[in-house]
Amino acid sequence: MTAVPSQFTGDTLVKVKNLQMHFPIYKGIFRRKIGAVKAVDGLTFDIKRGETLGLVGESGCGKSTCGRALLRLYEITGGQITFEGRDIADLSGEELRNIRPRMQMIFQDPQASLNPRMTVGSIISEPLDEHQIASGEEKQARVRELLESVGMNPDFANRYPHEFSGGQRQRIGIARALALEPDFIVCDEPIAALDVSIQAQVVNLLQDLQKKLGLTYLFISHDLGMIRHIADRVAVMYLGKIVELAPVNELFTNPQHPYTKALFSAVPVPDPEIESKRERVILEGDVPSPANPPKGCRFCTRCPVAIEKCFDSEPEWRELGGSKNGDNSHQIACHLAD
Amino acid sequence: MTDQTNSTVQAEDPVRPHRSLWSDVWRQFKVHRGGLIGVGVFSFILLAVIIGPMIHTIDPQFLDYKNKNLAPTLAHPFGTDNLGRDMLAQVLAGGRISLAVGITAMLLSLVLGTFIGVVAGYFKALDGPLMRLTDLFLALPLLPLLLVIIMLFRDTLRNMFGPETGIFLLIVFIIGITSWMQTARIVRGDVLGLKEQEFVLAAGSIGTRPRRIITRHIFPNVLSPIMVSATLGVANAIITESSLSFLGLGFPSDFPTWGRLLFDGANFMQITPSRVIWPGLAISLTVLSVNYVGDAIRDALDPRIRGR
Repeated sequence: MTAVPSQFTGDTLVKVKNLQMHFPIYKGIFRRKIGAVKAVDGLTFDIKRGETLGLVGESGCGKSTCGRALLRLYEITGGQITFEGRDIADLSGEELRNIRPRMQMIFQDPQASLNPRMTVGSIISEPLDEHQIASGEEKQARVRELLESVGMNPDFANRYPHEFSGGQRQRIGIARALALEPDFIVCDEPIAALDVSIQAQVVNLLQDLQKKLGLTYLFISHDLGMIRHIADRVAVMYLGKIVELAPVNELFTNPQHPYTKALFSAVPVPDPEIESKRERVILEGDVPSPANPPKGCRFCTRCPVAIEKCFDSEPEWRELGGSKNGDNSHQIACHLAD
Repeated sequence: MTDQTNSTVQAEDPVRPHRSLWSDVWRQFKVHRGGLIGVGVFSFILLAVIIGPMIHTIDPQFLDYKNKNLAPTLAHPFGTDNLGRDMLAQVLAGGRISLAVGITAMLLSLVLGTFIGVVAGYFKALDGPLMRLTDLFLALPLLPLLLVIIMLFRDTLRNMFGPETGIFLLIVFIIGITSWMQTARIVRGDVLGLKEQEFVLAAGSIGTRPRRIITRHIFPNVLSPIMVSATLGVANAIITESSLSFLGLGFPSDFPTWGRLLFDGANFMQITPSRVIWPGLAISLTVLSVNYVGDAIRDALDPRIRGR
């Protein structure tokens, strides 16, 4: 749907290889480690400069954990994260702090992501203070400019977050993320807590900013319609793994993984006649616990077409031949697709 | 409310200077009527105990046997006790000590409690040890501990700082060290919740250092429970000092404090009720006014309540 923007230079901004994020589970008097919640278990993908990679999946599949791990808000368990050719997976302390301005995050809950005791002005200028980018008059001017760039009255700098509506607060969060002029922004369900009319405003704002500033987004969402609108490529996650990754049109018109098919068949069509005839894939059972994922393919317990092989061996992450455009290939982890 | 503020904002000069937190706090504080009255009463008591003895110049320790057990007269506005000492002079002199003990002990326990609470809540590795330490202090039997501390240190301190300062330091230390635990627990609980909020995560993604996250994001958001502990702490410290004096563990008997006057007067309540009424009234008024001030400060610090 969205045309590939012209600033696509093809160079890779973020490269993720076998990213793992496990949270330990302790039990008993001695707090022995008895296992781990494998929230993210072996992700491999890359994000090109200037593009929007959509990340979809159901609740609890590890989307947000993936976004936070990418920004190194967690100590990751394993894997590599390469940002502009530099491995940031093992950075810590000052080195990590110096790279933070290049990648920022927009949070899901605009209520919780702003400190209620700080004015909007000091919230937006916190990154400027922390990295000593501007001070005094210059800082005030920058705050006003940032507020204007997200479509808000610059005089609001003196107000407190509770005086604003959800959409306005999300704009404040966006202004804060933009303050450091990042290259890469992780949008962690930025529209999930907003009502539909405001969602469109915020998404359009994000797209305008991307055009103007050449931003790269990882757009996490469970709203498939919105993903189709904003993303260039889409990755589908299930139980801590990416099962399919393809350019947005390719994925929506030609989904290959049985989970992607089931997920997309849940999107209602705004036409009663088509909707009534539409065939839906209804999955049975529940998502297995990420602390104890099934052997073999993660999806084998619920897959309608699973064969014996799916229960034994884990499908490898491979490129699917015969996709329409060569450079943005269709990748999948399934034994059955070809 | 929003409509009103909107129109005023547009009417004003578009480029306004950055509003400081404390000017906002003061503006809101002024609206709280109870808080203002509290400040008035508390400053009156404070001024009275500081300046009062210069105006009412009778020595609180002067024994005037001929005028013992007097009801209030012009010469002795609060009456006299069973040894003929002037009650007003004693209440004023006692107030100096009671207030000093109350405020310093409260500050000590507050600083200690807040520090331990914030550190335990924020740094996971220290949570266990610090909270077990808190439990340990909560489990200590207070009175035997006081007896031991006083027996061990009273004479040393007396020799080092003189009888008055020595015992003052000892009492402040004892009250402070035995009353920080509630604050620490409340603060830790709040910090644990705050730490997981997205705005703290956002600060982390900006690259804010833990020290700044604590002072900028965590601390201002736990001020409310701290203020409440502070105001209750003053009252508690004054009362604890009274009971210590009553047990003979506090200040020497010729040294009036509000608590001591109250307990000494209790036996003579039927002869001269004023001996109980005045120190009691002083304690109650102080505690009440401090509570109101704390209430007003807490409201003023919360921007969500401001302007209501």
